[in-house]
Amino acid sequence: MTLALEIPKLTIGSIREGLLKRRFSATELTREALRFAEAENPKTNAYLHFCPERALSAARSVDEKLARGEDPGLLAGVPVAVKDVIVTKGVRTTAASKMLADYIPPYDATAVECLDAAGAVILGKTNCDEFAMGSSNENSAFGPVRNPVDPERVPGGSSGGSAAAVAQGTAVVSLGSDTGGSVRQPASFCGVVGLTPTYGRVSRYGLIAFASSLDHIGVVARNVSDTATLLQVIAGRDERDSTSAAVPVPDYMAALNGGVRGMKIGLPREYFKDPDSETSKLVLDGVEVLKRLGCEVREISMPHTEYAVAAYYIICTAEASSNLARYDGVRYTFRSRDSETLADMYRNTRGEGFGAECKRRIMLGTYVLSAGYYDAYYLKAQKVRTLIARDFTEAFREVDALIAPVSPFPAFKLGEKLDDPMQMYLSDIYTITASLAGVPCMSVPCGVTSGGLPVGMQILTRHFDEAGMLRLAYAFERNRA
Amino acid sequence: MSSHVLPDTEVLARYEAVIGLEVHVQLATRSKIYCACPTSFGDPPNTNVCPVCLGLPGALPVLNRAAVEMAMKAAMALNCRIRPVSRLARKNYFYPDLPKGYQISQYDEPLAEHGYIEVTSGGSRRRIGITRIHLEDDAGKSLHEGFSDSSRYTYVDLNRSGTPLIEIVSEPDIRTSEEAYEYLTALKQVLQYIGVSTCDMEKGHLRCDANVSVRPRGETKFGTKAEVKNLNSFRFLKQALDYEISRQVSLIESGEEVIQETRLYDPDTGETVGMRSKEHAHDYRYFPEPDLLPLTISDEWRERVRAEMPELPAQKRARFIETYGLREYDAQVLTATRELSEYFERVAEVSGDARAAANWVMGDLAAALNAEGKEISESPVSAEQLGELVALISKGEISGKMAKDIFQKMLATGESARAIVEREGLRQISDTGELEALINQVLEQHPRQVEQYRSGKTQVLGYLVGQVMKASRGQANPAAVNKLLRAKLG
Repeated sequence: MTLALEIPKLTIGSIREGLLKRRFSATELTREALRFAEAENPKTNAYLHFCPERALSAARSVDEKLARGEDPGLLAGVPVAVKDVIVTKGVRTTAASKMLADYIPPYDATAVECLDAAGAVILGKTNCDEFAMGSSNENSAFGPVRNPVDPERVPGGSSGGSAAAVAQGTAVVSLGSDTGGSVRQPASFCGVVGLTPTYGRVSRYGLIAFASSLDHIGVVARNVSDTATLLQVIAGRDERDSTSAAVPVPDYMAALNGGVRGMKIGLPREYFKDPDSETSKLVLDGVEVLKRLGCEVREISMPHTEYAVAAYYIICTAEASSNLARYDGVRYTFRSRDSETLADMYRNTRGEGFGAECKRRIMLGTYVLSAGYYDAYYLKAQKVRTLIARDFTEAFREVDALIAPVSPFPAFKLGEKLDDPMQMYLSDIYTITASLAGVPCMSVPCGVTSGGLPVGMQILTRHFDEAGMLRLAYAFERNRA
Repeated sequence: MSSHVLPDTEVLARYEAVIGLEVHVQLATRSKIYCACPTSFGDPPNTNVCPVCLGLPGALPVLNRAAVEMAMKAAMALNCRIRPVSRLARKNYFYPDLPKGYQISQYDEPLAEHGYIEVTSGGSRRRIGITRIHLEDDAGKSLHEGFSDSSRYTYVDLNRSGTPLIEIVSEPDIRTSEEAYEYLTALKQVLQYIGVSTCDMEKGHLRCDANVSVRPRGETKFGTKAEVKNLNSFRFLKQALDYEISRQVSLIESGEEVIQETRLYDPDTGETVGMRSKEHAHDYRYFPEPDLLPLTISDEWRERVRAEMPELPAQKRARFIETYGLREYDAQVLTATRELSEYFERVAEVSGDARAAANWVMGDLAAALNAEGKEISESPVSAEQLGELVALISKGEISGKMAKDIFQKMLATGESARAIVEREGLRQISDTGELEALINQVLEQHPRQVEQYRSGKTQVLGYLVGQVMKASRGQANPAAVNKLLRAKLG
């Protein structure tokens, strides 16, 4: 059996074809994919744990459907990795935190139910920054993830494991989560496609909350077409998430092939302040490709961009301080031993259970919500958020899509920015504006630096125009080179 | 802790209390406020739970429309203005029976504001302002006792977690403990009427905290207030307020200051005790709940709910006076609860004699129920049965006196009035022929009284009527006897 060699090159399409032509069964593929992933994983630490029983059971169900001649689903037999902040019934879900080290959820996230229904095979749960807080995947309680492109470097974060697994070939596609760039930035660092849909497009039910008004489930794949298919499967209204939208879901795969000629593209000048950087140059080269395809490109301005980092880190920490209150040692979490009083139990549990970054954000968030500071911080930040959203509304009156870098720099070395949280926060500058505005956005590989590090180009479109965004990305992917 | 020397009534009379009540009311929805779990009471611990009300990672709330509609009804009944857009907000604090680490409540944009309720106190009617009504979820229960290892562990039951509540906050318009009592009574009456809560205090469906301050009479500024908690029965409410008012007056009288604090009422001692300041030094860090959209109530939705509103006690009172010609007091008594008012109306309808129906319900029936300690809903005599009995009197088929005996039998056996009348041959004699025979017989036997009557001593008529009644063994129609006798005696 030579399947092992093919694993890293599989696509949703090639798996479908292989299954339908009976070249392999879903069970055979799953066994091989698990074997490969488990063997390769030590190189990156992308997976925290595997779930072979659940995977094989899903595969068997696909094989049975195939045997009965039924449609096995859009993702039949596709090996998928799921970020460990998305809950999976019966499969440990840790949020990469000591706090939830032994937590086994009794229910599936809606997105996971969608994967199941589409015949996907979840191989395991991927590493990430603790509770999705970080931009390098170094804040995991279970060790950092290494970038498959260069093991000395970070894969980005917080969905570092989800991006690394897809880049490494230990998963065909993966689910990540994006609160301020956590899907796009690691996708960019690892050289894969990462998409964050409109806020409300994909249900958050079962996504362990970091900052509820900013959290999105996003997707990672090795190409735009697989990205579209995975989004198709998880998008839609969910009664269990009141913030999910009742907007019809278009056929994303069908939308890929429409032309992009005449599409208006804006380059926000605030995102190209350093036009001579290698990153900017690679992105601008990408823009040239789009021009060749007939897109009209113009420079625009998004004047409130410079306030985004400050506003973001106030809002996300405020929400985090509340969202993480439930990890108190009373029920399903880690509990510190030998506390004398209830207050001690809380303090010791949270002191020992959370990592440094979580504690930093809980403290910041508690501060900005406290009496006397609420108006100066939280309320002010919400006003800035409104202005940033307005920047996007204004921009999308003029253009159909925006192009920008994902990150000011490519993957950095492990430990390089760990001692400077401010520097780390500032590196989110190009991704958090979209998070604040809730618009769809994605990172598409647009080249490598002289040092061989991948760089992603960010595409942003109007609310619920994932189809337009994917079309542009698909055209770009086929015509660059 | 030593109790204060409480001031005498003369000193107390120089002060005025300023009281505002915060009342938590459990809504009578079948499912919880943010999930579909049942709200039933008394099930085994931690059985009516799901990821949402357990606060599991990743779970999200969905607002229960039925809870919103009940809160809207309460708002309408309390004359509040309902906000077209209100907001849910997180109230953050740590407690073992609060699984999310926050309550989803409402803060600066509550569901409804600016209402009032009319309260009768000391014979006069007053409006007590309602500041606001907001929705929130209840916490679970901490069980500190009853387990073999209770000395070391607290157990948590999350069945109650997520039960829908409304908090009704009054203006500081209440001046006496009696008025507070009447306010709570009126609130309970209205909420039970509109069916949004059972208001069962024993089950914790109605919980009350009070903000209390005192000031010398004539002063317009408020004094420093204390918040008194644990006023979970009507009796406790009055006792606690009386104690707290006296305590504050005595502090001021002795030149000390009232400090702003939370105090707990202890029913065993009848006193309020200050809680350690640490325990209530909360900064709840309210902020808008990002998991729920703003609560938008369209005109159309509001009017649809308004159309479902039942008649309120005050409206019903007015109608009873107007339609049935009842006295104010009777109307008040008969509208005390929705069940009683409906029972009365049925009796009135079946009997066709509302006044007699009112007398029977408030008289013989109420006495019988009181004696047995029963509620109107447990009455052994149905409204239809009582209506039939009253109708028999009105039609003259039985006398009032006979009816009382029959009623006792109905209570005992559950039989209908007509069945008893027929079985025992208890028909009232109204037939002129039959009565005349009886009258003639009596007049023959009492020539002296006849003589007296005819010579002008007409008061002897009563004696003669009594003799006729006696001869008929109580079955003669007294009115008819009276009339016939007068005619005969000329």
